[in-house]
Parts: sequence; C-alpha cells; structure tokens
Amino acid sequence: MKTIGVIVSGVVALFLTIAQFGTAGWTRPPMVNQQHGFRGTGMDIIQTRAGAAEIKAANLAPTPADPVEAGTDKAGAVYENVKVLQDLPVEEFNRLMVSMTEWVSPQQGCTYCHNTENMADDSLYQKRVARRMLQMTQHINTAWKEKHVGEAGVTCYTCHRGNRVPAQIWFDAPSPTRGFIARNNGQNLATPSTGLASLPYTYLQDFLAKPEADQGAIRVNATTALPGSPGKPIQSAERTFALMIHMSESLGVNCTYCHNTRAVAEWSQSTPQRTLAWHGIRMVRDLNADYLTPLTGVFPANRLGPKGDAPKLNCATCHNGQSKPMGGAHVVEPYPELAVAPATTSGPQGVPVPAAQ
Amino acid sequence: MAYYQNIFTQVQVRPRVPEHGIPISADARVGKPFNSYLFGLIGNGQVGPIYGGYLGALSLACGLIAFEIIGLNMWASVNWDPVQFVRQLPWLALEPPLPKHGLKVLPPLNEGGWWLIAGFFLTVSILLWWLRLYRRARALGLGTHVPWAFASAIWLYLVLGFIRPLMMGSWSEAVPFGIFPHLDWTAAFSLRYGNLFYNPFHMLSIVFLYGSTLLFAMHGGTILACSRYGAEREIDQIVDRGTATERAALFWRWTMGFNATMESVHRWAWWFAVLTTLTGGIGILLTGTVVDNWYLWAVKHGVAPAYPEVFGPIQDPLKLPLKATGATP
Repeated sequence: MKTIGVIVSGVVALFLTIAQFGTAGWTRPPMVNQQHGFRGTGMDIIQTRAGAAEIKAANLAPTPADPVEAGTDKAGAVYENVKVLQDLPVEEFNRLMVSMTEWVSPQQGCTYCHNTENMADDSLYQKRVARRMLQMTQHINTAWKEKHVGEAGVTCYTCHRGNRVPAQIWFDAPSPTRGFIARNNGQNLATPSTGLASLPYTYLQDFLAKPEADQGAIRVNATTALPGSPGKPIQSAERTFALMIHMSESLGVNCTYCHNTRAVAEWSQSTPQRTLAWHGIRMVRDLNADYLTPLTGVFPANRLGPKGDAPKLNCATCHNGQSKPMGGAHVVEPYPELAVAPATTSGPQGVPVPAAQ
Repeated sequence: MAYYQNIFTQVQVRPRVPEHGIPISADARVGKPFNSYLFGLIGNGQVGPIYGGYLGALSLACGLIAFEIIGLNMWASVNWDPVQFVRQLPWLALEPPLPKHGLKVLPPLNEGGWWLIAGFFLTVSILLWWLRLYRRARALGLGTHVPWAFASAIWLYLVLGFIRPLMMGSWSEAVPFGIFPHLDWTAAFSLRYGNLFYNPFHMLSIVFLYGSTLLFAMHGGTILACSRYGAEREIDQIVDRGTATERAALFWRWTMGFNATMESVHRWAWWFAVLTTLTGGIGILLTGTVVDNWYLWAVKHGVAPAYPEVFGPIQDPLKLPLKATGATP
C-alpha cells in the first residue's frame, strides 16, 4: 500500500511537472526593463528580450512603393467614377492602387475589389467598402493627427497587414438564445481579449461602439475620500477593468505604462501615454460610429457578426501588441494623399453621411 | 512504542480496537471506524465514527441545496452544454442581483433571485455548522475556542454577502459565487474604491494573515524539533515544564532574546488567526459606506506619500477647456 502510494504520487508529480513545461506559457530571462516613472513606484515596462525582438519582427512596416513622376492629369478626369481621390495625379493614383493591393489583397490582386472588365464598376462590395476606408484613413491622419496618431499616421496596412479582413476586429457579443437562460451579467466566460479573465465580454460594445454621451462613463472612482452622492456599482468597475485589460493586451504593456497603479484614477500621477490613450478611445468610438457601423448594409451577411453587426475596430486592430503600431514608423509620409482631409463626405453607397462633428 | 515524530519520520498509531473516546450522554456517532494509511499521512489513521445529529444533517442538506443551485445556474449559463460546462467551469458564476433591484427580497430568478436563494441556504448551512461545532465542544466539556474562531470567518462572509450590501442598499454589491469571478470581483472592488491597500483594516488583516503563517511555522517547527524530548506533550508542559520546553524556550531566548510560553504561543496563534478575518471584515464594511476612495483618504491623513512629477503636469482632458479636448473633432 505504502509503496504503491509513493509510486503513484511520484508518477503523478512527474506528469504534472512535464505538463507544466508545455502548457504554462513560460517566459525566461534575459529581460529588457525600462523605468517609466519615479523611482520606487514600480512603474516599469517589462519584456523578455526574445519577446521584444519577436514582436518587433512581426510588426515591420512595409517598404513604400517607389516614387513616381506626377503628371498634370487628375485621376478624377481620366478615370470614371472616382469619388475620393479625384484631384490626385493619375500616376500617384495608380501607385496608391498598387500599394493598396499589396496591403490588403496581395493574393487576389485587383480583382478583389474591381471588375477588371470595367474598373469603374461598383458592383463588388469590397470596392464600396474600400472607398469608405480611404476616407477613414484620411480622416484619421488629419482629424486625429494631433490627438492620437501623430507624424506616424496610418495606412491601410496599419490594420490590414496583408489580410483582406484585419485580424483584430470585433463584433457585438452574442447572448445565449435558447432554453432557460441564467443571467451571466454579460461576463463569466473565458474571454481572450480581457486576458482570459471572467470580466464582462460586452465591454467593447459598451465603451467603443459609438461616442459616449457621458464622457466620464469609464471612470468609477470617487473623487472625494468620503461618500457624497451614490457611487457607481462594482459592475461598472468590472467593465472598466475589462477595457483596461483589453488596452494592456492590445499594446503589449502593463498598467504602469499609463498609470501609477497606487492611484489609477489620478491624472497628475499618470504618464503622457494616458492622455494619448484617452484620445485613442474617442478616436475608436468616432471611427466605429461614423465609418464601420454605417457599412452594415454594404457588407454581405458572411462578413457580419452573429448579431448582424458590421466588423468594428478596437485598440488591437492597429496596435497589434505594440505600444506604437509598427514600431512607430512614419508610414503615411510616402503617401501624402492619405494625409489630407477627406474631400467628400459621401457615404459608402453615394448616400451622404453626416460629417464627423 | 515509538515516540520520535517529525515531518520525515512519521509514526502511524493503529490501535487493535478502534478508539471510541470518552462516553458522553448524547452520543449519536455513526459509521464503523477503520484505519486508513492515506489519512494517517495527514492526521490520525483512524477514520470515524462521525457525530451525526440533526444539526449536521440539516447543515449538509442546506449546503447541498446551495451547491446545486449554484452549479445548475452555471450550467444553464452555457446553455446546458456539458463540454462548455467543464471547460468554462472556473469562469462560470452565479451573479448577485442587478443594481436596479436594490434590496428587493426576491428579484426575478435569473436576475439574481437564484443568487439570493443560494446565499440563504449557504448561510443557513454555515450557521448550523457553527451551532454543531459549539454544541459538540460543550458536550465534550471543552472550551469554545474553535467555534469562536470559526465565527470570525463567518463574520467576514456575512459582511461581504449580507451586512455590507444591506448598508449600501443593494444586493448587487455582494460577491458572485464562482471561482475566477469572485477573484475578478475582488480586484474590481479594490479598483472601485481607490486601492484597498490604503485601507488600514486591510493592512491589519494582512499583518495577521502573514503573521499567522509566521507563527505557525515557528511553533510547528519548535514542537517538531523538540519532539525527541517529549514536546508533543506541550499542553502538560504549560504547568509542568519538561526538558523539551526548557530547550525550546532557550532556543528562542538565544536567537531572539525572548520566548513565548507553551501557553502563550497558542494564544498568539489563535488571536492572529481570529483577527485576520475580524479586521478584514471591518475593512470591507467601511468601504463604500464610510470611505469611498481609500487613496484619497490616505492622502487626507498623511498616509500616502507624494512623488515628484517625472513627466511634467499631466492634466485630466475633461478638465481642459472643451474646445481643447478634441473629444470628437
């Protein structure tokens, strides 16, 4: 009995040890650490050297297309049915089209968006979406330049990375639909975007789908030491926590990249990155409400989410695990036509959409 | 007769006739006692007989009802999918009522009604078990130290799930029943109330919790180390000190200049354990009811230090003039 017990427990311990090596997601030194706040506050950015190199290699900016000699003919005059880049010289226009193909549909080529019999034809939904996405790119590079994207700017590649549909998109979370449904409060399922916590999985549609009427919706801390008016419930804190974990996972940083975690709400102890992130949240809401959601009717059903909503973007869509997408490369510089304000505000099907306020 | 016992050389005592202990008036012990090697590894080799009685039976029944309600709600929340139930089990939970229901006694079952029913049965089960402990201790002519220590843990449980929600005016303030969900709730609770580490009763609770482990290691180590001199008879040696006690006392006087006695070390350990949940419960009870932001409270009372600004002044964008925020350009 005793011997068997010892053997059995020894074997179990051995297998558990072996299983751990394969499953626990170990990281190992050497580390690259960077102090990111006053000494002693524990504000550090911590990565493994191998992990940092890997993420850098996975996020290289594409080589820009060779510059072209611009003529005097405008794309809008030479080609039919050009709605966004009419004033661009034809040569620059063609260069951008080639780059877009490489960024978005390197395998399918021009035919992913165009009917090659008649390039002006709008029958493919991909073309109508691409037109709106061009306007979105211009909008990001102008309206959000100062507040969020800076000189780096964005191109189609920032999100698409050579995929027809960017890898990091989100849909409204489906709710259980049959039988007796125990309310799970929109949480308590393993959710990868919240770091596999049991935190609310509806936080993206709560916080990032559209501009919030309440600018302080994410804030849950009391601003006085003692209770005054009724505060927010813990469920609100859980939603905010989920959003913060999403941002942390998306940017590959920990809480102290933006916050002094002894007092997460205090702006005076935060880092400048928190201000950037604050504007980033507004930018995502703006883009989802004005550019992605209005495309719901343009996308075919197989591109929509389980609740019939359009694919939407969040922090990870551009950042993809880096605090600065593609290492902060100034990707828009070789394509100045993407850094001008959208010339027209017409919507995806030629229907005017309200201008972004 | 073997005497020398420590972690590595264990002795398992196996009487030829199972021990039935002293005869007492109300004896409702059930089961046929037997010896188990595995139980002998962690305690006494003899298992049973266990005391039956209606308090224990009722407590187990109530506990089972609560367990079933929680488990079935978890299963229902994954659409009764057995595979998902197993895969997601650590994430699943039975959530307390929504904030909109306040202190309503029975909100709709799937909006927290089940949580209240499960909480009721779990609480009844725990309180009945406490009564059982108390009555068994009394029946054996013992002091009631163990029931009162258990009561301290029950105090923290009641504060979290009953007293504090009552004071906050909403059942939604209570803890969900679930493995990861209650941990995420704990983290969110600290975030909501401006960092629980600045709560002095939380500080005390941590002191007593970690202090308990330190005391347990010191005391357990001392007794095992002196067991070759008869230290397992530590309680006898409170008044009749033997060489084990003398050596243990000398060891601590040598190494730290001071020693507990065979009596006082048990009082230390008991109070540390009891105060962990007692102070913890006070800390939770004050949170949200008396103090809304522990960090700001700590600043107000000179507990939290100020650090120099490293990045220059960072301002709340909402406090800037509206035009400059560029919230929606």
